[in-house]
Amino acid sequence: MLILFCPHCGVEADETELAPGGEAHLRREGPGSADEAFEGYLFGRVNPKGVHFERWRHAYGCGKWFLAARDTATMRVWGTYPASEAGPPDPLRDAVTADRPGWAWRDLGGAA
Amino acid sequence: MSTRLSTGGRLLDRSRSLRFSFDGHAAEGFAGDTLASALLASGRMLLGRSFKYHRPRGLLAAGVEEPNALVNLGEGERMEPNRRATSVPLRDGLVATSQNRWPSLETDVGAVNDALGRFLPAGFYYKTFMWPGAFWKSVYEPFIRRAAGLGRVPKGRDPDRYEHFYAHVDVLVAGGGVAGLAATLAAGRAGRRVLLMEQEGWWGGRAGVDAPEIDGMTAPAWIERTVAELRRMPNVRMRLRAQVAGIYDHGYAVAAEDLEALAPGRHEGPRQRLWRIRARRIVAATGAIERPLAFAGNDVPGVMLASAVRDYLANWAVSVGDRVVVVTNNDDAYRTALAVHRAGLVVPVIVDARPRPEGELVQRAREMGLRIEAGRGIAKVHGRKRVRGVTLCALAGEGSGLEDIACDAVAMSGGWSPAVHLWSHCGGKLLWDEAAALFRPDRDRPPRGADGEPMVLSAGSADGALRTADVLASGLLAGAEAAGSDEEPAPLAAHDAEEGPILPVWVMPQGASPELRRKMWLDFQNDVKVSDVELAAREGFIAVEHAKRYTTLGMATDQGKTSNINGLAVLSQSVQLPIPEVGTTTFRPPYTPLTLGAIAGVAKGDLFQPVRETPMHAWHAAHGAVWEPVGLWRRPWAYLREGEDRHAAALREVTAVRRQVGMLDASTLGKIVVKGPDAGRFLDMIYTGVMSTLPVGKCRYGLICSENGFLIDDGVVARLSEDAWLCHTTTGGAERIHAHMEDWLQCEWHDWRVFTANLTEQWAQIVVAGPRARAVLERLGGMDLSAAALPHMTWAEGMLAGLPVRVHRISFSGELSFEIAVPAASGLALWEAIREAGAPEGITPYGTEAMHILRAEKGYIMIGEETDGTVIPQDLNLGWAISRKKPDYIGKRAQERSHMASPLRWRLVGLETMNGSVLPEGAYILAPGQNAVGQRNTQGRVTSTYYSPTLARGIAMALLERGPERMDEVVEVARKGADPVLARVVDPVLYDKAGERLHG
Repeated sequence: MLILFCPHCGVEADETELAPGGEAHLRREGPGSADEAFEGYLFGRVNPKGVHFERWRHAYGCGKWFLAARDTATMRVWGTYPASEAGPPDPLRDAVTADRPGWAWRDLGGAA
Repeated sequence: MSTRLSTGGRLLDRSRSLRFSFDGHAAEGFAGDTLASALLASGRMLLGRSFKYHRPRGLLAAGVEEPNALVNLGEGERMEPNRRATSVPLRDGLVATSQNRWPSLETDVGAVNDALGRFLPAGFYYKTFMWPGAFWKSVYEPFIRRAAGLGRVPKGRDPDRYEHFYAHVDVLVAGGGVAGLAATLAAGRAGRRVLLMEQEGWWGGRAGVDAPEIDGMTAPAWIERTVAELRRMPNVRMRLRAQVAGIYDHGYAVAAEDLEALAPGRHEGPRQRLWRIRARRIVAATGAIERPLAFAGNDVPGVMLASAVRDYLANWAVSVGDRVVVVTNNDDAYRTALAVHRAGLVVPVIVDARPRPEGELVQRAREMGLRIEAGRGIAKVHGRKRVRGVTLCALAGEGSGLEDIACDAVAMSGGWSPAVHLWSHCGGKLLWDEAAALFRPDRDRPPRGADGEPMVLSAGSADGALRTADVLASGLLAGAEAAGSDEEPAPLAAHDAEEGPILPVWVMPQGASPELRRKMWLDFQNDVKVSDVELAAREGFIAVEHAKRYTTLGMATDQGKTSNINGLAVLSQSVQLPIPEVGTTTFRPPYTPLTLGAIAGVAKGDLFQPVRETPMHAWHAAHGAVWEPVGLWRRPWAYLREGEDRHAAALREVTAVRRQVGMLDASTLGKIVVKGPDAGRFLDMIYTGVMSTLPVGKCRYGLICSENGFLIDDGVVARLSEDAWLCHTTTGGAERIHAHMEDWLQCEWHDWRVFTANLTEQWAQIVVAGPRARAVLERLGGMDLSAAALPHMTWAEGMLAGLPVRVHRISFSGELSFEIAVPAASGLALWEAIREAGAPEGITPYGTEAMHILRAEKGYIMIGEETDGTVIPQDLNLGWAISRKKPDYIGKRAQERSHMASPLRWRLVGLETMNGSVLPEGAYILAPGQNAVGQRNTQGRVTSTYYSPTLARGIAMALLERGPERMDEVVEVARKGADPVLARVVDPVLYDKAGERLHG
């Protein structure tokens, strides 16, 4: 039963208010994309033990989507940010690095 | 015989006698008794039969860990199975019965299993019930089901009330023993909001029984003073009979409060309360549980945990026997010997496994003249329904008898195991403490919270502290840490006896013969013995989680509280690995079973789920509606007239629409407004067709696919203005499609200027359909509804019957049809006005079944009938609603995959049975030959099937391989338990193919 901070309406939201949306920062592959690229976009999901970036919707609150940086094993939450961000904000990356030096994740737009 | 002593019993109120019955026998006890103590006091030791061998069983323990004394509590609809007699406070008129015996507890036929015990070892079911395969369903499963389970399910609905409580605190303290009290004191003094919960009905835990000295006074006096101080703190809440049952992520805890037990026989209001708590920090001060010793016959009634023997004495003034043999591997059990001796009863011998016991308590026993046999064990217990004596042996030997000693009770102690359950629920790890022979929480690997800091702190004997001074110190420290307080709490002095070291003993005697090992119980509730665990190890189940499942060790309702550590120690000896390498099984919540009533709370009956009602709901109910649940909505399935069944009603309704006119409550249809400068562009991505070019005032049918290409919803879109569209969805799809739109809008195209609003409940919607529809509506006056002013697939706003409306010319029945939206508050008024205006035509309200038949006659698809998450629009011949010019829409790329473009896909057709019968729903269309596992091949399936009153025969829609290319072919459709039916493949549009009627 997680608690995540909704960056849109500013409340600490209980998991019962939230709907999960899977992996964050996917890049859409549309018509004309190669089969492998499309397959990766549609089905290929990382499922790390440790640092992960996920989509969440404040479904029974403001209805907005946001992204969360979380350790899937310890439930440590480093922070949340609006879904419109292309990648995690720098202070958030720094917080993860301070806690989990040498962490790596799927492509985060060249950072970390 | 167990009996009540004439004095003592610190929890008893001897001024209040209570009457109760057990298996029909009347007995008496006192206020303050548990059912267990009252039964013991009335001389009853035999309380149940074991699960597998039906062995006679008595009490082992005095607390929640009790494995044997499970009873049916109460009668009728209030009967509750598998209640532990040790956790039931006695009340006047209480009725309890024993379980798992027939015809009676004294004479139980199932006890034959005990004689056959050597043929029923671990894994017996797996080995025996495997073949022949056909026996499983008819012979084995019914047999196992009859034998399985202890209690019986109560008859009828539970009449009691339950509730949920929400609490947010800084510190939750689980356990109100002296460690929990000390922790609460430290956190409370630091000013934190603290919630302290204790599962029993008194504070102080076992300190009240063992009475060490604390802060210069006796433990009971200290407990009383501390509780009084805590009660004066406004930031501290305290609850008795409330057990923290489970700990979950981010400081979420669930606790069960037994309100009935707080005021036995006198309580009012909810019976139990489930607390849902968020705590910043949790202190687990849950105490420790004493371990039994594994010697032959350790399950005979009268063999009890040493701590329980002195609990019954001190708390309830119950002597469990006149002659109590004490058997131990540690000093603590000497407290029991001393207490029994002080009560004027006889301790014939203290059997101590250790060669040279030396502690302060041992010394005291010697001084009192008690006989101590060091380096000895018990070879066997005599007696069946009651202990008659024990045979002593050398611990190091194979069990040759040295001496028989007569006794009527045995108090055993194999040491203590910290109750680490709460620590472990959320990932806390354990350490094996070799010296103390126990698993304790590993502080370096605690459960952590969202901030990465330790979320659970363990305190007292739950942390492995066994001496009172250590227990108090760890309680204070945990409380201060949980409070985030920098100040060191003032220490509390305590004094209790120095104790000598424990000698781990897992099998007694060490070289016991196989015959003896078959009588050494580990798990009393599930009847798992030393020999079973050893067999599991020999057969390769050497991982602790495998051995657990193979033997069922620890899988009963007590979850192995008294058996798990002994079991894994025996396993570690069998596989010759140290105990920490064998490890423990996983501790899962709840700590003790919760009732389903408490879990449900008020969410049952009418409050189980909210029901969504349209503005016309009450009208439907008053006019014979039988309901169809659609999501949370209730829609009329049909309106029954006097003497009519539901199918006859639906057929009458269909005919009325085809011949005259009908009206349907379509308010449940989803209505989502999409507005903004980029709304057209956005809808072109959401829908497979083009919505941006739709002229204002017009309607267009649209399909919505998932990114995986599958059809997920359909509906008519109306363009309201230059920058606004109204998107109709299916009844079940409104929230889902709105969420789908928002997902894409917020996460993918967040820079597009579009707003969406789900207005489903703001509008009531009424369909008026049939050849006389226009005539009826024109009678209401206010709008030009002529074919010229309002052709098919257009909409117009205006007034009807004096109400503001938006009228859509759209049809889901194939008839001339108007869908009229009106503000929800006016829904009923418009409904009644139309009904009145249509009276001359005999306007007929129709339900969802008639709606389904009407659309099936026209070959219109239905989401959820023709689609199931594997169907793309192309399969349904809906290519006309997919734009070929658009570069992109959600699902377009997926539909380009080779499998989606395969000519062999199952595609939509109509089916006409050769004999006119109605096909079964979901039936498969057969293909020649068999597949690899001998099943008949298939080439399609029926998606919708009805009797059509219009065509006077069965009609069906189906998905069939290459369907549209196979018109007029005859196929075989499977039926259950009957020969296949022959059906001809036809066009799914069976009625008014030219579509003249809907243009009328």
